[in-house]
Amino acid sequence: MAKQLYWEDVADGSELTPIPKIATTQMLVKWAGASGDLNPAHYEDTFAAAQGLNRAFVQGQLKRAWLVQLVTTWIGDEGTLKKLSCQFRAVDWPRFMASLTDPKEGETWWCKGNATKKYVQDDEHLIDCDIWVENGKGEKTTPGKATVALPSRGKS
Amino acid sequence: MEAEEVKQKFAGMVGEPIVNVVEKGSIKRYAYAVEDPNPLYYDEEYAARSRYGTVIAPPGFFGWPAKPGPMLPKLMLDLLNGLKEAGYPNLLDGGIELEFMVPIRAGDVLVSSPKIMDVNERTTKAGTKMVFGTIETTYINQNGDTVAKARQNLICLPGA
Repeated sequence: MAKQLYWEDVADGSELTPIPKIATTQMLVKWAGASGDLNPAHYEDTFAAAQGLNRAFVQGQLKRAWLVQLVTTWIGDEGTLKKLSCQFRAVDWPRFMASLTDPKEGETWWCKGNATKKYVQDDEHLIDCDIWVENGKGEKTTPGKATVALPSRGKS
Repeated sequence: MEAEEVKQKFAGMVGEPIVNVVEKGSIKRYAYAVEDPNPLYYDEEYAARSRYGTVIAPPGFFGWPAKPGPMLPKLMLDLLNGLKEAGYPNLLDGGIELEFMVPIRAGDVLVSSPKIMDVNERTTKAGTKMVFGTIETTYINQNGDTVAKARQNLICLPGA
């Protein structure tokens, strides 16, 4: 894994290392199986269209899992995710597949965030962050917040 | 049923507990689906050397299936049917809040119990009535430790 992040390395406004994501119809099916959430609105276009949502769309909980990956990758093995919340403000539609393994050209999503508050509470070195998933147009479709504990150089 | 009656009936109601084993294979499939390459979730030797001593689940994974079949816990279906009757058939996902207390290790057995925390009818400044609800699910492991809480917020809009 990458070099461990320490609490002292983070300043207010520090950016979480962004992670690109490409949602595909294939990824949505993988997620449906892995999560056990078999809502057809995420793999059957006509079902989603009947709900007024155009075609099968990205599961909110998959985007939430992307945000967990954003934060846990940033804090490294010695960091601990304490809290994470997000809201599903806008719908995202996956890319179609061009081959068995590759998506068609199209939108790339980015998971991003920045530190908003640094503090020590109950002997834990904590950071609050704003986090979000943005679509290909740069719109934040899934904004959220996270609190993490990081190791401190001041402690053994 | 009016929205106030829905509140009276459902607020504080606890759903049937669900037991899930957090299996290594289901952790691996979950990480693969997210496309999260963190070796803590699948590399047993790497995970054994970590401070966890074993493979852990990504935060937010509480075993498979994440939602019991067919799609929603009965408690939530009953609540949504009540709100539909009260004139609020259109459900929006108001977001989720997760709180993590104890890491979840491969092999853990988690008991989850959903509870309807609140159901409130409110009128917006624009005069639109909406119902806000929160379902909190607590996850307890085989040692009796509360490992996590998930608060799911619901927004129900009026409609035909």
